[in-house]
Amino acid sequence: MRIGQRLSLVSQRTLLCKRLTLLCIGLLMSIVVAIPKGQAQQAADATEKEIERYRAMLSDPFANPAFLNVDRGEKLWTTPRGTKNVSLQGCDLGEGPGKVDGAYAKLPRYFTDADRVMDLEQRLLWCMETVQAVDMKDVIKRRFSGPGVISDMEDLVAYVANKSSGMKFAASLAHPKEQEMHAVGEAMFYRRSAVMDFSCATCHSDDGKRIRLQGLPNLSKSGKNAQETMGSWPTYRVSQSQMRTMQHRLWDCYRQMRMPAPDYASDGITALTIFLTKQAEGGDILVPSIKR
Amino acid sequence: MTISHRTFAAAALISAALVSVASGQQTAKVAPETIAAYVKNTWKAPAEGWQARVDQDQTQRICSETRNSPGKGDFEKILAREVASVAYPADGKVLGDWKAGEAVAQIGTGGQFSDKADGPRGGNCYACHQMAAKELSFGTLGPSLLEYGKIRKYAAADAKAAYAKIYNAQSVLPCSNMPRFGHNKFLTEQQIKDVTAYLFDPESPVNKP
Repeated sequence: MRIGQRLSLVSQRTLLCKRLTLLCIGLLMSIVVAIPKGQAQQAADATEKEIERYRAMLSDPFANPAFLNVDRGEKLWTTPRGTKNVSLQGCDLGEGPGKVDGAYAKLPRYFTDADRVMDLEQRLLWCMETVQAVDMKDVIKRRFSGPGVISDMEDLVAYVANKSSGMKFAASLAHPKEQEMHAVGEAMFYRRSAVMDFSCATCHSDDGKRIRLQGLPNLSKSGKNAQETMGSWPTYRVSQSQMRTMQHRLWDCYRQMRMPAPDYASDGITALTIFLTKQAEGGDILVPSIKR
Repeated sequence: MTISHRTFAAAALISAALVSVASGQQTAKVAPETIAAYVKNTWKAPAEGWQARVDQDQTQRICSETRNSPGKGDFEKILAREVASVAYPADGKVLGDWKAGEAVAQIGTGGQFSDKADGPRGGNCYACHQMAAKELSFGTLGPSLLEYGKIRKYAAADAKAAYAKIYNAQSVLPCSNMPRFGHNKFLTEQQIKDVTAYLFDPESPVNKP
């Protein structure tokens, strides 16, 4: 079994919640105790250490509810649906119809049949529409999960991405359209706009910075930060009690940047995803992960 | 050397130190029209009043294209334009209520598509800056502002400069990462005065060890 693949743990969820609550309390207490007044640097170092410890405890694959999403995603993938009453096993994610193993590691990529570069979400939508002919309105409406709302898209992304867990990112960028999207993604990363004048780079172009106590990965350069970030999405967000995809992360970034909500599965999001995936090239994919 | 030349030289040093992407070289790998088409595709129909947030003003465009390291000509143009945009209080008093300013510094909501229009709106200063020593949850994107007023001996000229910096950070340093809170009408004049007082009132926790 590859690292972190297929660990279904329904009954541990309640236990997990209790453990996390205790962890949080412990974390807060140790921060408060560990900080002598006025020693800002020492305090910052101690805080960083504690946050690192908290993160390490969170990334326990045996206690990750997102593996429920993986299981639901597998069922969705193999169940005949839509007016054509077929499963997604006729869907080509780039490695051939029905081939899921390793497909996510090479996305986003150019697809000849659609004559477009697509990320995983765009490709899944395309397959649902053309292969299965399912009700897309309902699928889009449930694009992000919430209290009482299960998202087929999140579940399918969890399943497909998990089938590349333990592999490395290897986007090709051989096709001119992939290269164009990469260049656009890079430009959008530095594009400042809206009432805060923010771009992605405002928060993600320096090493070791934080917003409040939250560490910020430097995504302006390739290497460790980008690899660890991109290699850990999709992820179970403890703070949201839901599994989230990179699509949702970027939507949330633009929310905080005071931009309007970007359209779901739009080309700008895919462009940014190509840019970030390229920055993470060679990095290990270990998903779904679990985060704050 | 004129003042603005000195400002440019000093600011260039600062931005070289602060901006890791520095060096000003932007590679024109893709035409601006192509980028614009992707942006249009990504925000096809923003809610009423929100399209202006997608579109860039001149300053945002130049700062994006040069990755916050504008050439000398652009630097001077941005500086002149942003300096001219700063509106000081009519009565000249830049110090408001530091307690209200502390709330503005703490509040991180307002203006997001998930926020109610009449909900709390703050400057979220603590997201990026250390301010009062007692507040341990602070970010590090901006410099520490510990004892900001005390260090400056509570000088009136420095308080006025701080008001201008909060109103429009780029009137001090073109392509600064800091939002132009007053210029972009994100904070009200009163809120900016209150934050200035949070920095400059001797009773403010910012100035307590």
